[in-house]
Amino acid sequence: MVERRPLLGLLVHLLLILGIVVVAFPVYLAFIASTHTAQEVAQTPMTLLPGSHFWETYKAALLGNGGGAGSNAPVGRMLWVSLVTALIIAFGKISISLLSAFAIVYFRFPFKGFFFWSIFITLMLPVEVRIGPTYQVVADLGMLNSFSGLTIPLIASATATFLFRQFFLTVPEEMLEAARMDGAGPMRFFWDILLPLSKTTIAALFVIQFIYGWNQYLWPLLATTSEDMYPVVIGIKRMIAGGEGGNEWNIVMATVILAMLPPTLVVVLMQRWFVKGLVDTEK
Amino acid sequence: MEKRVLFKSTWLPWLLLAPQFCIITVFFFWPAGQALLQSFQLQDPFGLSTEWVGLDNFKALFSDSGYLESFKTTAVFSTLVATIGIGVSLMLAVLADRIIKGALFYRTLLIVPYAVAPAVAGVLWIFMFSPSLGIVSYWLAQSIGFQTDYLLNSNHAMGLIVSAAVWKQVSYNFLFFVAGLQSIPKSLIEAAAIDGAGPWKRFTSIQFPLLSPTTFFLLVINLVYAFFDTFAIIDATTHGGPGRDTSTLVYKVYYDGFKAMDLGGSAAQSVVLMVIVIALTVFQFRYVEKKVNYA
Repeated sequence: MVERRPLLGLLVHLLLILGIVVVAFPVYLAFIASTHTAQEVAQTPMTLLPGSHFWETYKAALLGNGGGAGSNAPVGRMLWVSLVTALIIAFGKISISLLSAFAIVYFRFPFKGFFFWSIFITLMLPVEVRIGPTYQVVADLGMLNSFSGLTIPLIASATATFLFRQFFLTVPEEMLEAARMDGAGPMRFFWDILLPLSKTTIAALFVIQFIYGWNQYLWPLLATTSEDMYPVVIGIKRMIAGGEGGNEWNIVMATVILAMLPPTLVVVLMQRWFVKGLVDTEK
Repeated sequence: MEKRVLFKSTWLPWLLLAPQFCIITVFFFWPAGQALLQSFQLQDPFGLSTEWVGLDNFKALFSDSGYLESFKTTAVFSTLVATIGIGVSLMLAVLADRIIKGALFYRTLLIVPYAVAPAVAGVLWIFMFSPSLGIVSYWLAQSIGFQTDYLLNSNHAMGLIVSAAVWKQVSYNFLFFVAGLQSIPKSLIEAAAIDGAGPWKRFTSIQFPLLSPTTFFLLVINLVYAFFDTFAIIDATTHGGPGRDTSTLVYKVYYDGFKAMDLGGSAAQSVVLMVIVIALTVFQFRYVEKKVNYA
């Protein structure tokens, strides 16, 4: 702050708090709703104070024994599916990108330009614009309702490759010269020098890709038809299929809280890397 | 930029590239090629026969008033999401930049929506704005007598998806603006303050112009976000309704391809979308990166 203006400072804090109240309100409301019974939530206006049915609601959601009009699949299983999916996407993307970025930066080989550009082009087209044909390919390969079908098509983009490429280009050349002088081969250099140097970049990408994977919607909507392969985001959507009146909103909201808890924890706990990753990926 | 010292191996680089290349070939180039091919074909709904029809799918598309309408919907929706989202987060970032105490606390709370799935945001919005049990619609009705009904009123439906989409995106824009503001040299601000420029004057004549690369970058990113990532919000809340009034281009690709089973039409729409994204990307690289750069 450049000058002291206590009144302005107060106003700034007030406005920020107002902003946060508005931003946090939907989440707060979901939490409150999840601590009441379905009847209490259905009353207008709903109370804004926590109720006493926290454990019951979450148990009903996790085990899937609620009585809503839509799907009542157990959320415990869905959380597991989401977790596995998000982890495969994050680790899969990071590992294949590390390898290909290493090849592109540290090797000279024929058709390098061609490979570089064909990977680059995948950055431009999100899965949404080629959704129909991608679905056909996955269906033809018999990968619907499986973890491979849920994850591999989403790994097919090059954001991470480019981030690693950019990072590798900033690694001093002396590192490689020294390693070669000590007789290290390419893979030895990769494991012992490049990988440890890339730790922060890997952490940053992990946060971004984990959230990307966890929050996927359109693709799992098409690629899963059986209840035990629904990720939790799809599960919520199927739960509210019963129309506004028929839903047990307390259980839906408990599921909402459960669905946002893991990605929120990842973002908040890994905040430093997350911010770095976000700013770097889009450069 | 290239490294001077490089490894030489006849087989290792190919092996290293193989996993990524196989995946993008099967799940990216093959489907993208199929989309191109199908956009020139007509298939019956059961997939039994395919006929080459040239540009007919595109002609049909651009003479379909529903499609042109969804262009308009998408334009209105993305403009609203981008301008409101950027405006609100710029304001929050400037405020957060002014304070020292508690900055981390505010930032932590403001980034939470980033972690929330768009579909989940949609569900939260239905819960708040449901005409029968939503608490916000109740408040609006009680306090100013404003009856909301996103299922019947197109403007309300649009308002619903725009506000949900903005809520989701505020954290993202906020973080970029905070980073942008921090990269402005403090000496500039201090010099201006010594010359007697107040906070508002400093914002309009120093901070805002220097943020223009960030703002333009965010503009493109927000447009792409509004085009593609908001599918989940729309599908979870309005289903493109009432009528087709919130059916954006991506929603229509999905609806025509998977609900109405018009594969050729859907593929042609995919191709149009690809052209739009490529145009936006090229615009970003050519125009934004070159013209708006002060660093």
